[in-house]
Amino acid sequence: MVFTAAFQSSATVKGVQHVILHLTTILVFQLVGETLTRSLGWVVPGPVLGMALLLLFFVSAPRIAKAIQPTAQGLLSHLSLLFVPAGVGIVGHLDRMGSDGLGIFLALLISTVLSIAVGALVFSGIARWMGAEE
Amino acid sequence: MNELTEIWTYLAEEPLLWLTATLIAYSLGDAAFKASGKRAYVNPVLIAVTLLAVVLWMTATPYQTYFEGAQFVHFMLGPATVALAAPLYGNLSRIRRSAIPLLCALLAGSVTAILSALGVAYAMGIRGDILVSIAPKSVTAPVALGISESLGGEPTLTAVLVILTGVMGAVMATPLLNRLGVSDWRARGFAVGVASHGIGTARAFQVNETAGAFAGIGMGLNALLTTVLAPLIVSLFI
Repeated sequence: MVFTAAFQSSATVKGVQHVILHLTTILVFQLVGETLTRSLGWVVPGPVLGMALLLLFFVSAPRIAKAIQPTAQGLLSHLSLLFVPAGVGIVGHLDRMGSDGLGIFLALLISTVLSIAVGALVFSGIARWMGAEE
Repeated sequence: MNELTEIWTYLAEEPLLWLTATLIAYSLGDAAFKASGKRAYVNPVLIAVTLLAVVLWMTATPYQTYFEGAQFVHFMLGPATVALAAPLYGNLSRIRRSAIPLLCALLAGSVTAILSALGVAYAMGIRGDILVSIAPKSVTAPVALGISESLGGEPTLTAVLVILTGVMGAVMATPLLNRLGVSDWRARGFAVGVASHGIGTARAFQVNETAGAFAGIGMGLNALLTTVLAPLIVSLFI
Protein backbone atom coordinates (compact mmCIF):
# COMPACT_ATOMS: atom_id res chain seq x y z
CA MET A 1 0.00 0.00 0.00
CA VAL A 2 2.79 2.37 0.94
CA PHE A 3 4.66 1.63 -2.31
CA THR A 4 1.74 2.23 -4.66
CA ALA A 5 0.76 5.37 -2.77
CA ALA A 6 4.21 6.82 -3.39
CA PHE A 7 3.53 6.80 -7.14
CA GLN A 8 0.03 8.18 -6.92
CA SER A 9 -1.41 11.64 -6.41
CA SER A 10 -0.18 13.84 -3.60
CA ALA A 11 -3.55 13.36 -1.85
CA THR A 12 -2.71 9.70 -1.28
CA VAL A 13 0.77 10.57 -0.07
CA LYS A 14 -0.86 12.88 2.44
CA GLY A 15 -3.13 9.99 3.46
CA VAL A 16 -0.11 7.80 4.18
CA GLN A 17 1.46 10.56 6.24
CA HIS A 18 -1.75 10.71 8.26
CA VAL A 19 -1.61 6.97 8.88
CA ILE A 20 1.94 7.38 10.20
CA LEU A 21 0.78 10.20 12.48
CA HIS A 22 -2.16 8.08 13.74
CA LEU A 23 0.04 5.04 14.41
CA THR A 24 2.52 7.27 16.22
CA THR A 25 -0.29 8.62 18.43
CA ILE A 26 -1.36 5.06 19.29
CA LEU A 27 2.22 4.00 20.05
CA VAL A 28 2.81 7.09 22.21
CA PHE A 29 -0.25 6.23 24.32
CA GLN A 30 0.97 2.65 24.71
CA LEU A 31 4.38 3.96 25.75
CA VAL A 32 2.83 6.30 28.33
CA GLY A 33 0.65 3.42 29.60
CA GLU A 34 3.64 1.07 29.95
CA THR A 35 5.72 3.72 31.69
CA LEU A 36 2.94 4.59 34.15
CA THR A 37 2.03 1.00 35.14
CA ARG A 38 5.67 0.03 35.57
CA SER A 39 6.67 3.08 37.57
CA LEU A 40 3.56 2.86 39.78
CA GLY A 41 3.78 -0.94 40.10
CA TRP A 42 0.18 -1.49 38.94
CA VAL A 43 -1.15 -4.88 37.78
CA VAL A 44 -3.01 -3.29 34.84
CA PRO A 45 -1.08 -3.99 31.61
CA GLY A 46 0.39 -0.93 29.86
CA PRO A 47 -1.70 -1.22 26.67
CA VAL A 48 -4.96 -1.40 28.70
CA LEU A 49 -4.02 1.81 30.54
CA GLY A 50 -2.96 3.32 27.20
CA MET A 51 -6.42 2.50 25.83
CA ALA A 52 -8.11 4.24 28.78
CA LEU A 53 -5.89 7.33 28.35
CA LEU A 54 -6.51 7.45 24.59
CA LEU A 55 -10.26 7.26 25.27
CA LEU A 56 -10.00 10.28 27.61
CA PHE A 57 -7.96 12.08 24.94
CA PHE A 58 -10.66 11.32 22.32
CA VAL A 59 -13.35 12.73 24.63
CA SER A 60 -11.39 15.98 24.99
CA ALA A 61 -10.55 16.16 21.27
CA PRO A 62 -13.43 14.75 19.16
CA ARG A 63 -11.88 15.97 15.87
CA ILE A 64 -8.75 13.89 16.42
CA ALA A 65 -10.89 10.90 17.42
CA LYS A 66 -12.73 11.10 14.09
CA ALA A 67 -9.45 11.34 12.16
CA ILE A 68 -7.83 8.33 13.87
CA GLN A 69 -10.97 6.14 13.58
CA PRO A 70 -10.12 4.58 10.14
CA THR A 71 -6.53 3.73 11.15
CA ALA A 72 -7.71 2.17 14.43
CA GLN A 73 -10.36 0.18 12.58
CA GLY A 74 -7.70 -1.07 10.16
CA LEU A 75 -5.61 -2.31 13.11
CA LEU A 76 -8.61 -4.04 14.67
CA SER A 77 -10.04 -5.61 11.51
CA HIS A 78 -7.50 -8.44 11.73
CA LEU A 79 -7.19 -8.68 15.50
CA SER A 80 -7.36 -12.51 15.27
CA LEU A 81 -4.09 -12.63 13.32
CA LEU A 82 -2.20 -11.07 16.23
CA PHE A 83 -2.97 -14.07 18.50
CA VAL A 84 -1.45 -16.63 16.14
CA PRO A 85 2.21 -16.43 17.37
CA ALA A 86 1.17 -16.90 21.01
CA GLY A 87 -1.22 -19.67 19.97
CA VAL A 88 1.57 -21.64 18.28
CA GLY A 89 3.36 -21.58 21.64
CA ILE A 90 0.59 -23.79 23.09
CA VAL A 91 1.69 -26.82 21.13
CA GLY A 92 4.89 -27.37 23.08
CA HIS A 93 2.96 -27.17 26.35
CA LEU A 94 0.06 -29.53 25.58
CA ASP A 95 1.84 -32.62 26.89
CA ARG A 96 2.62 -30.84 30.16
CA MET A 97 -1.00 -31.15 31.21
CA GLY A 98 -0.57 -34.92 31.21
CA SER A 99 -3.07 -36.83 33.34
CA ASP A 100 -4.90 -33.64 34.32
CA GLY A 101 -5.60 -32.82 30.65
CA LEU A 102 -9.20 -34.05 30.58
CA GLY A 103 -10.12 -32.29 33.84
CA ILE A 104 -8.57 -29.02 32.68
CA PHE A 105 -10.28 -29.26 29.29
CA LEU A 106 -13.70 -29.89 30.89
CA ALA A 107 -13.16 -27.07 33.38
CA LEU A 108 -12.40 -24.59 30.60
CA LEU A 109 -15.24 -25.80 28.38
CA ILE A 110 -17.99 -25.78 31.04
CA SER A 111 -16.77 -22.52 32.55
CA THR A 112 -16.68 -20.75 29.16
CA VAL A 113 -20.22 -21.90 28.26
CA LEU A 114 -21.60 -20.86 31.66
CA SER A 115 -19.78 -17.55 31.78
CA ILE A 116 -20.90 -16.42 28.29
CA ALA A 117 -24.48 -17.56 28.97
CA VAL A 118 -24.72 -15.94 32.42
CA GLY A 119 -23.07 -12.69 31.30
CA ALA A 120 -25.29 -12.29 28.23
CA LEU A 121 -28.54 -13.26 30.02
CA VAL A 122 -27.85 -10.91 32.96
CA PHE A 123 -27.04 -8.03 30.59
CA SER A 124 -30.07 -8.47 28.32
CA GLY A 125 -32.38 -9.32 31.25
CA ILE A 126 -31.51 -6.21 33.26
CA ALA A 127 -31.53 -4.01 30.13
CA ARG A 128 -35.06 -5.24 29.34
CA TRP A 129 -36.18 -4.81 32.96
CA MET A 130 -34.83 -1.23 33.01
CA GLY A 131 -36.30 -0.45 29.61
CA ALA A 132 -32.80 0.23 28.27
CA GLU A 133 -33.24 -2.06 25.28
CA GLU A 134 -32.04 -1.09 21.81
CA MET B 1 20.07 -30.55 -3.32
CA ASN B 2 22.97 -29.39 -1.19
CA GLU B 3 22.36 -25.82 -2.27
CA LEU B 4 18.71 -26.14 -1.33
CA THR B 5 19.66 -27.29 2.15
CA GLU B 6 21.99 -24.32 2.43
CA ILE B 7 19.27 -21.87 1.43
CA TRP B 8 16.90 -23.56 3.90
CA THR B 9 19.44 -23.35 6.72
CA TYR B 10 19.86 -19.65 6.02
CA LEU B 11 16.14 -18.87 5.72
CA ALA B 12 15.11 -20.96 8.72
CA GLU B 13 17.19 -18.69 10.95
CA GLU B 14 15.85 -15.45 9.46
CA PRO B 15 12.71 -13.65 10.73
CA LEU B 16 11.44 -13.26 7.14
CA LEU B 17 10.52 -16.94 6.71
CA TRP B 18 8.38 -17.36 9.83
CA LEU B 19 6.80 -13.94 9.54
CA THR B 20 5.69 -14.82 6.00
CA ALA B 21 4.58 -18.29 7.12
CA THR B 22 2.43 -16.74 9.87
CA LEU B 23 0.72 -14.41 7.40
CA ILE B 24 0.19 -17.21 4.86
CA ALA B 25 -1.24 -19.56 7.53
CA TYR B 26 -3.62 -16.85 8.73
CA SER B 27 -4.67 -15.97 5.16
CA LEU B 28 -5.49 -19.65 4.56
CA GLY B 29 -7.46 -19.76 7.82
CA ASP B 30 -9.30 -16.56 6.92
CA ALA B 31 -10.06 -17.86 3.40
CA ALA B 32 -11.45 -21.09 4.89
CA PHE B 33 -13.54 -19.02 7.33
CA LYS B 34 -15.00 -16.94 4.47
CA ALA B 35 -15.51 -20.00 2.22
CA SER B 36 -17.50 -21.66 5.02
CA GLY B 37 -19.92 -18.72 5.06
CA LYS B 38 -18.25 -17.34 8.23
CA ARG B 39 -19.06 -20.35 10.43
CA ALA B 40 -17.84 -19.91 14.00
CA TYR B 41 -16.20 -23.33 14.23
CA VAL B 42 -14.00 -22.55 11.20
CA ASN B 43 -11.86 -20.31 13.41
CA PRO B 44 -8.97 -18.60 11.55
CA VAL B 45 -6.72 -18.57 14.65
CA LEU B 46 -7.25 -22.28 15.27
CA ILE B 47 -6.56 -23.16 11.60
CA ALA B 48 -3.44 -20.96 11.42
CA VAL B 49 -2.05 -22.33 14.70
CA THR B 50 -2.64 -25.93 13.60
CA LEU B 51 -1.00 -25.38 10.19
CA LEU B 52 2.03 -23.66 11.71
CA ALA B 53 2.38 -26.30 14.43
CA VAL B 54 2.47 -29.03 11.76
CA VAL B 55 5.05 -27.12 9.70
CA LEU B 56 7.25 -26.47 12.76
CA TRP B 57 7.01 -30.13 13.75
CA MET B 58 7.83 -31.38 10.23
CA THR B 59 10.84 -29.06 9.89
CA ALA B 60 11.95 -29.65 13.51
CA THR B 61 11.99 -25.88 14.09
CA PRO B 62 12.09 -24.79 17.74
CA TYR B 63 9.39 -22.36 18.89
CA GLN B 64 12.02 -19.73 19.74
CA THR B 65 13.25 -19.65 16.13
CA TYR B 66 9.66 -19.35 14.93
CA PHE B 67 8.91 -16.57 17.40
CA GLU B 68 11.87 -14.47 16.20
CA GLY B 69 9.95 -14.01 12.97
CA ALA B 70 6.44 -14.03 14.40
CA GLN B 71 7.24 -11.46 17.09
CA PHE B 72 6.52 -8.64 14.64
CA VAL B 73 2.91 -9.82 14.47
CA HIS B 74 2.81 -10.50 18.22
CA PHE B 75 4.08 -6.97 18.92
CA MET B 76 1.01 -5.45 17.25
CA LEU B 77 -1.21 -6.82 20.07
CA GLY B 78 -0.20 -3.83 22.21
CA PRO B 79 -1.07 -1.08 19.70
CA ALA B 80 -4.28 -2.98 18.77
CA THR B 81 -5.33 -2.96 22.45
CA VAL B 82 -4.73 0.80 22.59
CA ALA B 83 -6.69 1.19 19.32
CA LEU B 84 -9.76 -0.35 21.06
CA ALA B 85 -10.25 3.21 22.38
CA ALA B 86 -11.67 4.12 18.94
CA PRO B 87 -14.71 1.78 18.92
CA LEU B 88 -15.18 2.52 22.64
CA TYR B 89 -15.33 6.24 21.85
CA GLY B 90 -17.74 5.59 18.99
CA ASN B 91 -20.06 3.68 21.35
CA LEU B 92 -19.59 5.92 24.39
CA SER B 93 -23.17 7.15 24.64
CA ARG B 94 -24.55 3.59 24.37
CA ILE B 95 -22.06 2.44 27.01
CA ARG B 96 -23.17 5.20 29.38
CA ARG B 97 -26.83 4.31 28.81
CA SER B 98 -26.20 0.64 29.59
CA ALA B 99 -23.85 1.16 32.55
CA ILE B 100 -26.02 -0.75 35.08
CA PRO B 101 -26.70 -3.91 33.01
CA LEU B 102 -23.05 -3.78 31.99
CA LEU B 103 -21.68 -3.75 35.54
CA CYS B 104 -24.12 -6.48 36.69
CA ALA B 105 -23.14 -8.68 33.72
CA LEU B 106 -19.46 -8.04 34.50
CA LEU B 107 -19.81 -9.24 38.08
CA ALA B 108 -21.98 -12.23 37.16
CA GLY B 109 -19.82 -13.29 34.19
CA SER B 110 -16.54 -12.88 36.04
CA VAL B 111 -17.62 -14.79 39.17
CA THR B 112 -19.17 -17.56 37.04
CA ALA B 113 -15.98 -17.92 34.98
CA ILE B 114 -13.66 -18.30 37.99
CA LEU B 115 -15.99 -20.28 40.26
CA SER B 116 -17.19 -22.80 37.66
CA ALA B 117 -13.69 -23.41 36.30
CA LEU B 118 -12.26 -24.06 39.76
CA GLY B 119 -15.34 -26.10 40.77
CA VAL B 120 -15.16 -28.46 37.78
CA ALA B 121 -11.37 -28.81 38.04
CA TYR B 122 -11.64 -29.55 41.79
CA ALA B 123 -14.32 -32.16 41.16
CA MET B 124 -12.02 -33.77 38.57
CA GLY B 125 -9.36 -34.16 41.26
CA ILE B 126 -7.10 -31.27 40.24
CA ARG B 127 -5.29 -29.67 43.17
CA GLY B 128 -2.36 -27.43 44.00
CA ASP B 129 -0.57 -25.13 41.58
CA ILE B 130 -2.42 -26.50 38.53
CA LEU B 131 -5.77 -25.60 40.13
CA VAL B 132 -4.53 -22.10 40.91
CA SER B 133 -3.24 -21.67 37.34
CA ILE B 134 -6.80 -22.18 36.03
CA ALA B 135 -8.35 -19.29 38.01
CA PRO B 136 -7.41 -16.33 35.73
CA LYS B 137 -7.96 -18.15 32.40
CA SER B 138 -10.68 -15.74 31.17
CA VAL B 139 -8.43 -12.70 31.48
CA THR B 140 -6.22 -11.15 28.79
CA ALA B 141 -2.80 -12.87 28.79
CA PRO B 142 -0.47 -10.28 30.41
CA VAL B 143 -2.82 -9.78 33.40
CA ALA B 144 -3.58 -13.50 33.72
CA LEU B 145 0.13 -14.33 34.00
CA GLY B 146 0.57 -11.75 36.77
CA ILE B 147 -2.42 -13.09 38.73
CA SER B 148 -1.28 -16.71 38.34
CA GLU B 149 2.19 -15.88 39.55
CA SER B 150 1.02 -13.93 42.61
CA LEU B 151 -1.28 -16.82 43.62
CA GLY B 152 1.48 -19.43 43.32
CA GLY B 153 0.37 -20.89 39.99
CA GLU B 154 2.40 -21.70 36.89
CA PRO B 155 2.36 -18.71 34.50
CA THR B 156 3.33 -20.78 31.44
CA LEU B 157 0.42 -23.17 32.03
CA THR B 158 -1.90 -20.18 32.55
CA ALA B 159 -0.78 -18.76 29.17
CA VAL B 160 -1.88 -22.00 27.49
CA LEU B 161 -5.23 -22.02 29.32
CA VAL B 162 -5.86 -18.37 28.41
CA ILE B 163 -5.40 -19.07 24.68
CA LEU B 164 -7.55 -22.25 24.84
CA THR B 165 -10.33 -20.36 26.65
CA GLY B 166 -10.18 -17.60 24.03
CA VAL B 167 -10.53 -20.04 21.14
CA MET B 168 -13.36 -21.95 22.89
CA GLY B 169 -15.27 -18.72 23.51
CA ALA B 170 -14.75 -17.52 19.93
CA VAL B 171 -15.98 -20.83 18.51
CA MET B 172 -19.01 -21.40 20.75
CA ALA B 173 -20.31 -17.83 21.30
CA THR B 174 -22.49 -17.46 18.21
CA PRO B 175 -24.27 -20.85 18.33
CA LEU B 176 -24.64 -20.65 22.13
CA LEU B 177 -26.09 -17.12 22.17
CA ASN B 178 -28.40 -17.90 19.24
CA ARG B 179 -29.74 -20.92 21.14
CA LEU B 180 -30.27 -18.78 24.25
CA GLY B 181 -32.16 -16.24 22.11
CA VAL B 182 -30.02 -13.26 23.14
CA SER B 183 -30.28 -10.80 20.25
CA ASP B 184 -28.91 -7.66 21.97
CA TRP B 185 -25.48 -7.06 20.37
CA ARG B 186 -24.28 -5.21 23.47
CA ALA B 187 -25.05 -8.21 25.72
CA ARG B 188 -23.61 -10.74 23.25
CA GLY B 189 -20.35 -8.86 22.77
CA PHE B 190 -19.87 -7.94 26.40
CA ALA B 191 -20.36 -11.51 27.68
CA VAL B 192 -17.87 -12.85 25.13
CA GLY B 193 -15.27 -10.23 26.09
CA VAL B 194 -15.64 -11.05 29.80
CA ALA B 195 -15.45 -14.83 29.25
CA SER B 196 -12.81 -15.04 26.53
CA HIS B 197 -10.81 -11.78 26.39
CA GLY B 198 -9.04 -10.66 23.18
CA ILE B 199 -9.67 -13.75 21.06
CA GLY B 200 -13.38 -13.52 21.87
CA THR B 201 -13.24 -9.77 21.14
CA ALA B 202 -11.61 -10.43 17.75
CA ARG B 203 -14.44 -12.85 16.96
CA ALA B 204 -17.06 -10.31 18.11
CA PHE B 205 -15.62 -7.70 15.71
CA GLN B 206 -16.03 -10.20 12.84
CA VAL B 207 -19.73 -10.49 13.63
CA ASN B 208 -20.78 -6.96 14.59
CA GLU B 209 -19.09 -3.62 15.29
CA THR B 210 -21.17 -2.88 18.43
CA ALA B 211 -20.56 -6.39 19.76
CA GLY B 212 -16.83 -5.84 19.21
CA ALA B 213 -16.78 -2.54 21.10
CA PHE B 214 -18.68 -4.04 24.06
CA ALA B 215 -16.42 -7.10 24.01
CA GLY B 216 -13.44 -4.76 24.30
CA ILE B 217 -14.92 -3.14 27.42
CA GLY B 218 -15.76 -6.56 28.87
CA MET B 219 -12.17 -7.68 28.38
CA GLY B 220 -10.71 -4.54 29.98
CA LEU B 221 -13.06 -4.47 32.97
CA ASN B 222 -12.74 -8.20 33.67
CA ALA B 223 -8.95 -7.83 33.75
CA LEU B 224 -9.39 -5.41 36.64
CA LEU B 225 -12.14 -7.35 38.44
CA THR B 226 -10.44 -10.77 38.24
CA THR B 227 -7.32 -9.28 39.81
CA VAL B 228 -9.48 -8.62 42.89
CA LEU B 229 -11.79 -11.68 42.75
CA ALA B 230 -9.37 -14.50 41.85
CA PRO B 231 -7.49 -14.53 45.21
CA LEU B 232 -10.83 -14.52 47.11
CA ILE B 233 -12.38 -17.38 45.12
CA VAL B 234 -9.17 -19.43 45.06
CA SER B 235 -9.04 -19.27 48.88
CA LEU B 236 -12.38 -21.19 48.95
CA PHE B 237 -10.67 -24.17 47.31
CA ILE B 238 -7.44 -24.32 49.29
